[in-house]
Amino acid sequence: MFTLTEEHDMLRDAARAFVQEKMPTAHLRAVRESKPDGFDRALWKEMSDLGWAGILIPEEHGGAALGYVGMGLVLEECGRTLAPSPLHSTALVGASALILGGTAAQKAEWLPKIAAGEAVVALAIDESAHHAPEKIKLDAKGRALTGEKKYVADGHVADLLIVAARDGGAVTLFLVPARADGVTITPLKTLDSRGAADIAFNGAKAEPLGGPELVDQVLDRARIGLAAEMLGQATQAFETTSEYLKTRTQFGQLIGSFQALQHRAAKMFVELELTRSCVLAALAALDENRNDVAEHASLAKARAGETLHLVSNEMVQMHGGIGMTDAADPGLYLKRARVAEALYGSASYHRDRYAALNNF
Amino acid sequence: MADGPGPQTSKELEEFRSETRAWLEANCPALMRTPMGEDDAVWGGRDWKPKHPEQKQWLDAMASKGWTVPTWPTEYGGGGLSPQENTILQDELRRIKARPALMSFGIWMFGPVLLEYGNEAQKKKYLPQIARGEIRWCQGYSEPGAGSDLAGLQTKCEDKGDHYLINGQKVWTSYANEADWIFCLVRTDTKVKHEGISFILFDMTSPGVETRPIKLISGASPFCETFFTDVKVPKENLVGKLNGGWEIAKRLLMYERTSISAGGFGGGAGALPIEEIAKHYVGVEDGKLEDRDLRARIAAHKMYDKAFALTVRRAQEMAKAGDNVSHMASMFKVAAATMNQEKTELIVEAMGNRALGWSGDGFTKGEILAPRAMLRAKGNSIEGGTTEVNLNVVAKRVLGLRDHQ
Ligand SMILES: Cc1cc2nc3c(=O)[nH]c(=O)nc-3n(C[C@H](O)[C@H](O)[C@H](O)COP(=O)(O)OP(=O)(O)OC[C@H]3O[C@@H](n4cnc5c(N)ncnc54)[C@H](O)[C@@H]3O)c2cc1C
Repeated sequence: MFTLTEEHDMLRDAARAFVQEKMPTAHLRAVRESKPDGFDRALWKEMSDLGWAGILIPEEHGGAALGYVGMGLVLEECGRTLAPSPLHSTALVGASALILGGTAAQKAEWLPKIAAGEAVVALAIDESAHHAPEKIKLDAKGRALTGEKKYVADGHVADLLIVAARDGGAVTLFLVPARADGVTITPLKTLDSRGAADIAFNGAKAEPLGGPELVDQVLDRARIGLAAEMLGQATQAFETTSEYLKTRTQFGQLIGSFQALQHRAAKMFVELELTRSCVLAALAALDENRNDVAEHASLAKARAGETLHLVSNEMVQMHGGIGMTDAADPGLYLKRARVAEALYGSASYHRDRYAALNNF
Repeated sequence: MADGPGPQTSKELEEFRSETRAWLEANCPALMRTPMGEDDAVWGGRDWKPKHPEQKQWLDAMASKGWTVPTWPTEYGGGGLSPQENTILQDELRRIKARPALMSFGIWMFGPVLLEYGNEAQKKKYLPQIARGEIRWCQGYSEPGAGSDLAGLQTKCEDKGDHYLINGQKVWTSYANEADWIFCLVRTDTKVKHEGISFILFDMTSPGVETRPIKLISGASPFCETFFTDVKVPKENLVGKLNGGWEIAKRLLMYERTSISAGGFGGGAGALPIEEIAKHYVGVEDGKLEDRDLRARIAAHKMYDKAFALTVRRAQEMAKAGDNVSHMASMFKVAAATMNQEKTELIVEAMGNRALGWSGDGFTKGEILAPRAMLRAKGNSIEGGTTEVNLNVVAKRVLGLRDHQ
């Protein structure tokens, strides 16, 4: 379950090299100052040319079919430097939804565009301040959507929306081009500088996508992929912090020599190792098509949330005054952490779901 | 009043209460009884321009009674109130939800040590200006190489016969760009560590002083890098003895920690109690917050908050009874920082995706303030001595635990 293939190793190394060179945290700062879209389209094109937008997509539709473990490795590397792009929303969530639930025609229309980096896809789920898919109300009677979605990740830059809605009975997914009549997108300026959107639907014409089981399948993929990105963020936040403990001197010694900090650094390492196992197991469960994906998804998202919360706080604290400055990186990690923690269910949400899945 | 002999009778105190209530009723403008945002705080100083005339009116009224610094002696601009009278004044101010007339490092930190260590001329000169909000002070302690290890400071202060000459750099100096004067720790002997530090005061408009604001992760720029190049300082500006500054520095830190914990920390989103925010954003089922996990954590936080308030009261009563409670400053500082961080995080969590905005119309003002307050609160366990440093103080000075030998 935890052994990577040679192909995976190569993919990760390539991703690391690209992200470290072209998208260090300085890139996020530049995007924050000058790119209202929350990402750089030229770089997204480069990422797509490397094949990342099509990692999950079958070769017949222009993809590389490297599976979820491969996707997770790239997301993790992007997480390390907080590299902003629609990789998660589009190449993971959007592509998964179409691959799992699309008709032949839907796949043929959208998958090649996604693989080429020519279409951005956003999944519109939440309708209130909190993730609560079981309470979705958006009305899809007569294949016309009416209602509101909140904080849609990449909703402000999407070409295609995948919308969870109800046509009388169970919640299912629908496809709506973002620029269709009856769709009003309100872009949000967000804490992590990536942007998002509140979206109102007023009789927008929609095509059904898949059946009721697809909703959870897609959400669990979103959760697992985000957990992989969060693992990357937490890993880098930790490494940057331990490096600081090895360079900052106070009282004539490295601050890393103080046991009060050593133990907390060691504890973070323990948490990270546990979280890494959960993320890798969840990605493998997807590739192996196992029947315990839901449990793995909640486990990975909750663990990643708790670990990232801890590490992002410690990153600021262990840097002292510097950690509070906008010019240093800890604040960037803290901000992205709080967004990622909340998306697709907080740790609290997933603890509850984990209990329910285990019948207690 | 405090000058009168013996403890006051309850009749005297009741009279004081009714006079105070009547005076506040007549003198506290209506606007000054409304909730304030962070940018409504009055810090005074030479360059202060009131946002509303009521702010100046309220400050002047309070200063005329000496009630910006109620317990300081009247000859230094204080109110000369006894501790009991001050408690009554604070009660009455809270009762009408009065805004603080004046926020000030002078009031919280510098004034109390000057009362203790300053000479008569210094007290006469500086304290009344603080009480009236005429001069705003900043704290020149930390340096790039001297944070937790404050005594490692290197800013050089040389005796040039008729003046001192200061060269060096401070950092994280809160509001240095808006302050009129600085109380500053400088090195006057390079051969020894703690015994080579002096406590000195100077005007921030002196030639050779430069400030560069640093932006915080919460977006605001309240602190600065502060540079001194050949700054000439009159000899009479030294407080206490040459090379005797460390004791004063530590005393001031104690006042700083106490004031931080007593006043809580600044931070915008606190107007509504957490549970009200949570009810609004999370929803209620059978009278209980729908998210039971969050509910339990909010309850735990509120209990901690209550335990803290009770402990502050207990310490106040002990102090009045003459017990030494100085060790409590570090303890309170740690607890207050934890509490404020917990509170602002819980608010962000309760607000869900509505607390993930940074600016713009998609969010309400309260929603925009929530994450910024959470981010700002991360500094609470760093400013005024980090949590680690304060826990070291408790472990060593209170518990008597010794360093690794
Ligand atoms: C918002 C804010 C406002 C401030 N305002 C002012 C001001 O007005 N004037 C002023 O002079 N300063 C001010 N400061 C500075 C503050 O006092 C220092 O940041 C603080 O003392 C820590 O020093 P440092 O930043 O150098 O961190 P460091 O001392 O480098 O600490 C880095 C980390 O190491 C830990 N550490 C250090 N020593 C030990 C030890 N012995 N055992 C265990 N852990 C240890 C620290 O706790 C911290 O986690 C402010 C800081 C902030 C954040």
